[in-house]
Formats: sequence, structure tokens, C-alpha cells
Amino acid sequence: MKTLYKKPESLNDIVTHYCPGCGHGIVHRLIAEVIDELNIREKTIGVAPVGCAVLAYNYFNFDVTEAAHGRAPAVATGIKRALPDNFVFSYQGDGDLAAIGTGEIIHAANRSENISVVFVNNTVYGMTGGQMAPTTLVGQKTLTSPGGRSSCTAGNPVKVCELLAPLEGVKYLYRGAVSSPSKINTVKKAIKQSFEIQLAGGGFSLVEILAQCPTYWGMTPCESVKHIETELVKTFPLGEIKKWKKE
Amino acid sequence: MVDKNLTVAKTGNEAMAEAMRQINPDVVAAYPITPATEIAQIFAGFVADGLVHTEFVRVESEHSAMSAAVGAAAAGGRCMTATSSQGLMLMSEILPIASALRLPIVMPEVNRTIAGPINIHCDHSDTMFVRDSGWMQVYCEDAQEAYDSVLMGIKIAEKAMLPMMVSTDGFIISHCMARVDLIPDEDVTKYLGQYKPETWLLNPDKKITLGGLDLQDYYFEHKMVAIDAMYKSKAIIKECCEEFAGKFGRNYDFFESYEMDDAETAILAMGSVCGTAKVAVDNLRKDGKKVGLVRMRVFRPFPAEELAKTLSNLKTLAIMDRSDAMSAGEAPLAIETKAALYGRKKQPKTHNYVFGLGGRDIKVEEIEDVYKEMLDFTQPEKNFDRKVTYLGVRE
Repeated sequence: MKTLYKKPESLNDIVTHYCPGCGHGIVHRLIAEVIDELNIREKTIGVAPVGCAVLAYNYFNFDVTEAAHGRAPAVATGIKRALPDNFVFSYQGDGDLAAIGTGEIIHAANRSENISVVFVNNTVYGMTGGQMAPTTLVGQKTLTSPGGRSSCTAGNPVKVCELLAPLEGVKYLYRGAVSSPSKINTVKKAIKQSFEIQLAGGGFSLVEILAQCPTYWGMTPCESVKHIETELVKTFPLGEIKKWKKE
Repeated sequence: MVDKNLTVAKTGNEAMAEAMRQINPDVVAAYPITPATEIAQIFAGFVADGLVHTEFVRVESEHSAMSAAVGAAAAGGRCMTATSSQGLMLMSEILPIASALRLPIVMPEVNRTIAGPINIHCDHSDTMFVRDSGWMQVYCEDAQEAYDSVLMGIKIAEKAMLPMMVSTDGFIISHCMARVDLIPDEDVTKYLGQYKPETWLLNPDKKITLGGLDLQDYYFEHKMVAIDAMYKSKAIIKECCEEFAGKFGRNYDFFESYEMDDAETAILAMGSVCGTAKVAVDNLRKDGKKVGLVRMRVFRPFPAEELAKTLSNLKTLAIMDRSDAMSAGEAPLAIETKAALYGRKKQPKTHNYVFGLGGRDIKVEEIEDVYKEMLDFTQPEKNFDRKVTYLGVRE
């Protein structure tokens, strides 16, 4: 009998802690599928963030280390420098990467560390209960912006890909979304591209993924998927932000 | 007089946020961190509802939160922030700068252990880590005390020109609801008055530089000013506690003595565990045991003389720490208390217990066992074969 669908070997068979309709689970699965396809599970080391994905190490069936809040790119740098033959990626949310860890991501990128970064952007601090993040949309209501984010007092959403793109060390940037099957497939290709760049010694790459947070957007899972496609993409346009040029 | 309409049920976080609303600071800068997140979050609601006139800054990290607080205070503002654990760690570079610059920032701090491993529950490792940062430290037993201490903290900090952290035990106090008697808004406003700093940045009549490079020539003298201020803050705390009691009827001091008048053995501890220990004291007193409790509130400035005087008549004393000093011999409260007792003619035999790390629960029975062990320890020949007993840890 032909197997059409199975759990990737890179995922553990455990109950999820993510909320119903959350995008994290899909992203976990995509990473696991890519690692299986590239046959690199035995040499993969992940770096987990602080945020909703703090328990990422429970789901992945390979070595994962936890980093202090925002420091994952620096920890990944250290691992990769010490073990250059291993495959190293960081998994970070927007509270982790675009707020407290802004310094680390910019400088890991600028040094063109040969690591891959999977950046999940759901425009809100999820783990602490739904506060405003630097990526929160203008007008978006959160617990610390109950009247909607005002750009006058809280600035505009930080666009991480566009911020990193001018750095010469950055070799590949892609922004996708896990809001439809076709977009999920495209994100998977981007993750694979990012991982292959590292395996080829190409340098720093990052894939930003717009992910739904029904709980803190106050929406149903279906509404939150639509919200990505109608609202989030206006601020965070999808597609290849920086194309990989093989040197 | 307690106004019954102002008797409410609030969690520790809600009570401290309410105090912040009444204080109406000029600037609040904060970043979310469990279990302190709610304080700034509830406060953000007050800002959105126009109940305060505060500039509320949603900064990108605690490092920036404390830096913004330093900037706002240096500019002459009354400013606050709130944090826990890793947030306090990240602030730790800025904490001694705030105290050295003599900036009266008041910060609710919800005690949570520090990584690693990552854990969100209570112990005192976070605030103990920064105990020498030049901040005054107050440890509260319940939401009422947290509310009162934040209000009083503003007064004390502005008189002492030193920053203060007011801490509550994570989840145990921060998230549990208790009775809180609030003070009417207008009374708080009148009590605190307007903050009038002696000097501030961009005052054309009195130009100053803050935090300038200060090498072998003057650093020591300037440091002495802050050290001296910390010693002097004791008298200010005493005076402010008396004023608060006179105005609002609730008494606070450096520490609270519970059933200590004729006690032969006692526990010295801080935070919410003291509520549990009081039950143990009551139980043992019913059996005629002469036991008492000293609950430390003010850990910085450390009230060495007052504490030593209170403890010196005991036969035995258990010092219970909710943090460890990693091979220093004993844990922080024990080290400092014993230093305070050292050299006195009369002093109790002491033993140090470390408990509750990472939120490990401690029960009345365990505390009763500590008392029983200490009562046994009153016999001259009894001694411990170890310096520290770690309570409730699996081997």
C-alpha cells in the first residue's frame, strides 16, 4: 500500500499546547517535513525562543536548546561556529525577534552567520496574554493598546524583512503566510530554500511567516485566516523580499 | 477609618496597578513579563480610559523600560515601571545607574525565579540577584501591603532620592484575590503631593550633568554619596511608616514581629510564606510552645541593629530563605542576619533553611516541623551536621 500522508519523523507524537486555530503548529510541521526531506534530522540543532513557541523543543524530534528572550540568533551563532557541520536554525516569534531581540537579529544577519531563521509574525505578544508588539498593525486592539495602536505614540509596525534587506550579509528573505493550502506550500518551499542556502554555506537567511492568532485577535480561526489575507498582507506584503544569488 | 465602599477584592497585581492609577505618574515604560505583565496592562487600560495623564511607553525590552525610567526621572518626572525575573535581569545594568543618579523610581516587582531552567513561579532569586544595586527593597505579605507599600514607596523614594522596588510573591500574591482597603483618590493625591525634584535636566537656572565619566579621581566619593543615602534612608522609612499609620491606620515597619514577646524560638522569613508561618505559630502556641515569627519587609536598607535587637533574646532562630547564594555558606537573608548578630553578647543559635525554589509549595506542616526542629535545637548539645537545610527538595 502506498503511504500518502504520515507524521514527519522530525515531529514527536504529543498533544499540542497551542490554541485552536494557531499558526504555530503548521509552521512546526513544515519545518519537520523539510528536515525529513533534506535528510538532516540527525545533524539539526534548533534554538527555541521565549514566547508561545517556548515549548517548541517538545514537538521537534531533534536537539533543541532554549535561548533567553530574543537571544536565539546569538545562541545559534555560537552553536554554528562551534559545530559548523551541523544544521542550525532559530525559531522565533515577533515578540522575541522584533522586540527584545532586535539587536541580535540585525547583527547575526550583518555578520552573515550561516544560520536559518524561521520568524513567526502574528502581530501580538501571545504568551504573555495579548499585548501590543512592535509588529502590531496600526489600529489593532490589544491589551496594552485597547483603543487600537496609534502610530503617533507607538510607531508603525516593524517590517523585519524590509529592515534586514539592505544588509549585505543577508542572502535570502521571504515573507509568506500559513493562511491557505497554496500559501502553506509556498512557505514550505521558502523554508527549504533557506535551509539549502545554509547547507551550501551560503550565509544568513530568514523566512517570515504571517500566522494567525485567533485567541488574541478575538476572532474565530476562519476569520483570522481571512484577516491575514485581507489586512496583514497590506502592511506585510508577501513574496521574496531578497532573492538568493548563488555567489 | 476604613471606608467600606473602598473595601474591594483585588489580586496583588490589580492592587499595585490601582496604586499606580492613584499615583498618576508622569511616565510609565514597560514590557510584558509573567507574572508582572498585568500591572502595566491594567495601567494601559487606565491610560486608554483617560483616568491618568501618564505618558505610557510600550518599549521593546526591560532594558529600555528601565533606561526610559532613568531618562524620565532625570528630567524631573515621577516615573514607574513594573517587572519580574528575567525582566529584572535585563534591567540589571541600569538599576545601579538609577540609584547612583539618585533617581526616585518606584517599581512593583513580582518575584519569580530566574532561568535556567526556565520557570515562571515564585522565589526570591530575582530580587536577591540585584540586592546590592542600590535600590531599596520591600517584600510584601499580601495585596494590601503591596498597595500600601507602592504608595508609601513614592514618598520614601522621593525623600531619600533613591529608587525602590516593592515586591510580591509571583502568583501567590500577584494572582490571588484578597481583601484590599483602598484609600480615596483625593487622599492619595494629597498625601503624595507634587514631586518637586531639587535638580533636573534642562533646568536653565541650574545646569547639571548626570552620569558623567568619573574615574579614580571622584568615583569613590560619588559612590559614597549613594551608600550614605542608603544608610540615611532608614530614618526616612521609619518616619514615612509612622506618617502612613497616622493618616491611614495601617502600621508598617522594617519588619513585623508576630508572637515575639516571650518567644524562645522563631522563624525569620520574607513574603507570602509568612502567612503560612503565622498559622504554624498559632497551632504551636495552642500546644504551649513559645514560638514566634519575624517577617522582614525592608531588606534594603538592611535594618541590622533593629533586627539584631529583636532576635538576640531568642534561644534558637530558623532563617528561611527563598533563594540560594550558591556556596556562600548560607543564603542571603541568613548571611546578612548573622552578620548583624555577630559580636553581640547574646545571640540565638541559628540554622538556615532554603525552601520554595521555582515555586515549590511549602505547607503549614513543613513549617511546624521547622519549629519543632528549632525547639529541639534549644538543647545545648543539639547541633546540625550541615549549614543549610534544603526543604522539600527530592534527592
